[in-house]
Amino acid sequence: MDFNFTDEQTMIRDSLARLIREKYDFDTRRAALGTELGRDPALWAQFAELGLLMAPFSEEDGGLGGDAIDAMVVMEEFGKGLVTEPFIPSVVCGGGFLRSAGTSAQKENHLAGIMSGEQIFAFAYAEPRGRYNLADLETTAKSEAGGYVLNGHKAVVIGAPWATHFIVTARTSGGQRDGGGVSVFIVEKGSEGVSTRDYPTVDGRRASEVYFENVSVPAEHLVGEADHGLPLVEQIADEAVAALCAEACGVMGVAHKMTVEYSRQRKQFGTPIGKFQVLQHRMVDMFMEHEQSVSMTYMATLKLGEDEIERKKAASAAKVKIGQAGRFVGQESIQIHGGMGMTEELAVGHYFKRLTMIDAELGNVDHHMKRYTALSAGDMSVAAE
Amino acid sequence: MNLEFSAEEIAFRDEVRAFIQENYPEQAAMRGADDLTKDEFLAWHKILAKKGWAAPAWPVEHGGTGWTATQRYIWSEENAAVDAIMPLPFGIAMVAPVIYTFGTQEQKDRYLPKILSGEEWWCQGYSEPGAGSDLASVKTTAVRDGDHYVINGQKTWTTLAQHADWGFFLCRTDPDADKPQKGISFILIDMKTPGIEVRPIITIDGGHEVNETWLTDVRVPVENRVGEENMGWTYAKFLLAHERSGIAGVARSKRGVERLRSLASTELLDGEPLITDRDFARKISQLEIDLTALEFTELRTLAGEAQGKGPGPESSILKIKGTEIQQRLTELTLEAAGNYGHPYFRGFPEDGSNTRPIGPEYAPASAPLYFNMRKTSIYGGSNEIQRNIISKMILGL
Repeated sequence: MDFNFTDEQTMIRDSLARLIREKYDFDTRRAALGTELGRDPALWAQFAELGLLMAPFSEEDGGLGGDAIDAMVVMEEFGKGLVTEPFIPSVVCGGGFLRSAGTSAQKENHLAGIMSGEQIFAFAYAEPRGRYNLADLETTAKSEAGGYVLNGHKAVVIGAPWATHFIVTARTSGGQRDGGGVSVFIVEKGSEGVSTRDYPTVDGRRASEVYFENVSVPAEHLVGEADHGLPLVEQIADEAVAALCAEACGVMGVAHKMTVEYSRQRKQFGTPIGKFQVLQHRMVDMFMEHEQSVSMTYMATLKLGEDEIERKKAASAAKVKIGQAGRFVGQESIQIHGGMGMTEELAVGHYFKRLTMIDAELGNVDHHMKRYTALSAGDMSVAAE
Repeated sequence: MNLEFSAEEIAFRDEVRAFIQENYPEQAAMRGADDLTKDEFLAWHKILAKKGWAAPAWPVEHGGTGWTATQRYIWSEENAAVDAIMPLPFGIAMVAPVIYTFGTQEQKDRYLPKILSGEEWWCQGYSEPGAGSDLASVKTTAVRDGDHYVINGQKTWTTLAQHADWGFFLCRTDPDADKPQKGISFILIDMKTPGIEVRPIITIDGGHEVNETWLTDVRVPVENRVGEENMGWTYAKFLLAHERSGIAGVARSKRGVERLRSLASTELLDGEPLITDRDFARKISQLEIDLTALEFTELRTLAGEAQGKGPGPESSILKIKGTEIQQRLTELTLEAAGNYGHPYFRGFPEDGSNTRPIGPEYAPASAPLYFNMRKTSIYGGSNEIQRNIISKMILGL
């Protein structure tokens, strides 16, 4: 048993924390989010310089030899600083697909670009009518000479406005929600027939609706095996869930700390409100929720390499816990801050918003509770997905 | 015990329902979470003023309708059914009762007609940066200088003060009083008076609903004080009781549950309507059961009022449970929106094309509304304060 971080992981954490502290304070972040682009690309370049974008890749793939724990470390720090940069879409998802199932040519064309920050990937999986079911796909890819033709509409693709490439899930055969018949493609954003409608999100990021109209995709851009892509999609989604949980832990920890600090200073009836027992107990509950979320995140991250059912159960269990804890910690942070918590001026409201939206990403509490229940009951139709 | 409305009450319901159907102003197109304009806030108010229904709870002599508590309940139900934008509370429900109960004849004649007509917009100068739940600790001072008060201080959370013509303010007139509740006066201030600066506070949903109001050497005629000097706390408490009585929001929440059911019927989960999903359906049922409990608690309070019992500390139950339900409603709406809870549109330039809507119509407002509604358990005496009231006044602890 060992819950210690390696020296490399500790170094990543410390240097990233310092960078965020020095270059991404609340006002700098606000200014970057308010620009037309919605970010300051210089920050991404600095992440690349620090080696963050290559941290979770093997040395063989040109990375630093780290793994999902490195991604967890990065995302927890992102959470603490409310960093909106596309580490999960590009490094965890884009990089994850290529690392796990990419051909050597695909790795050569994209992995170095992802690690240097020159290529940014976005994961286009959600659809307007599919909710959180990764197999519920109306987007189609018809096979034609030398490749495929893609048609469809992907919803709320996080980071898409900044992306150079998309990972797109599409149906190559089977019925709309069948486990089989799902394939995964790399699509360049500039391809003919790809259009986007870009917008900000309520928690300060950018996303797009992405439309594919008769987009020709060469056969070499298929990732993994045609028709059998769903297990791969589920695996990468679970890796993204683990990273998202790590981010949530960072967000929760700071929201809790800010709340405790505020309760020490804010006086009502001549007493710091932190002296009121009813609030003390609630802040203790927040503390416990945060600690348990950290535990669940470690568990889910460590189990990403286990057999499929174990991995899925672990990821879903963590996402359920984090969804519930995030809601509680977020709501109580605002409540204990009182009116001040409602203001855009104070950072705590932004932490609350991010916690809220993490639950609505990659499956909410209900979705993962169902998935966990089905897996526990040995429902093979779910297990086989 | 009897749950039925009488024949007269049913006739009354039909009458107001028909009136609302015929006269409620056509809504502007879907505006998502954007702020309403001043005219939009006032549109229904002005129509009601002409009809004589703008202030049903007022005494008839000042322009009230003389309706019974049950009729007023029916009225609010019928308005909620169409999501009507009702006259704002600051004039009609808050300052007016203080003026007609404690004001001079001159004050009644000067202020009440313009509150009723919607011609003058009011805001509330109560909270201060250091005085929120602990309202009695106001620091804004009003110092006598001949026939004027000279007022200095800072108010906060002044709702919609950007539109206000007048404000009612709690100011400290006796800094040496032995208790914080003593030495406060209730003063009406023309918001155009030199020395007043209203600065927007943007809330986490991106809206501009509240403000900071700074007062620097603001000279206000002594005749603008309502009631006795240093007795303002009495009037403030009287007003707060009025603020609390409407806070349960049962009718509006019932409409919200209906809306939630209807949108959950169009949202899909694994190809089936979300409403048929057991987990989600249970949550709506739970909400509706809680709302029913609140509704009948309110009806019991209402029946008590009809028999002459004023709203007591029990109204704190209505505030706590009512706001919890309102918050839960927005939480479930956001949940129903799924991925489409993320997009944010306030003030975001439209690309001019409506051919590609981004998610269902209700979705872009769902997260901002959820964020915004967190205020309800904080304002009007936080829910912690309400529990203190019940614990002290009812349980005697």
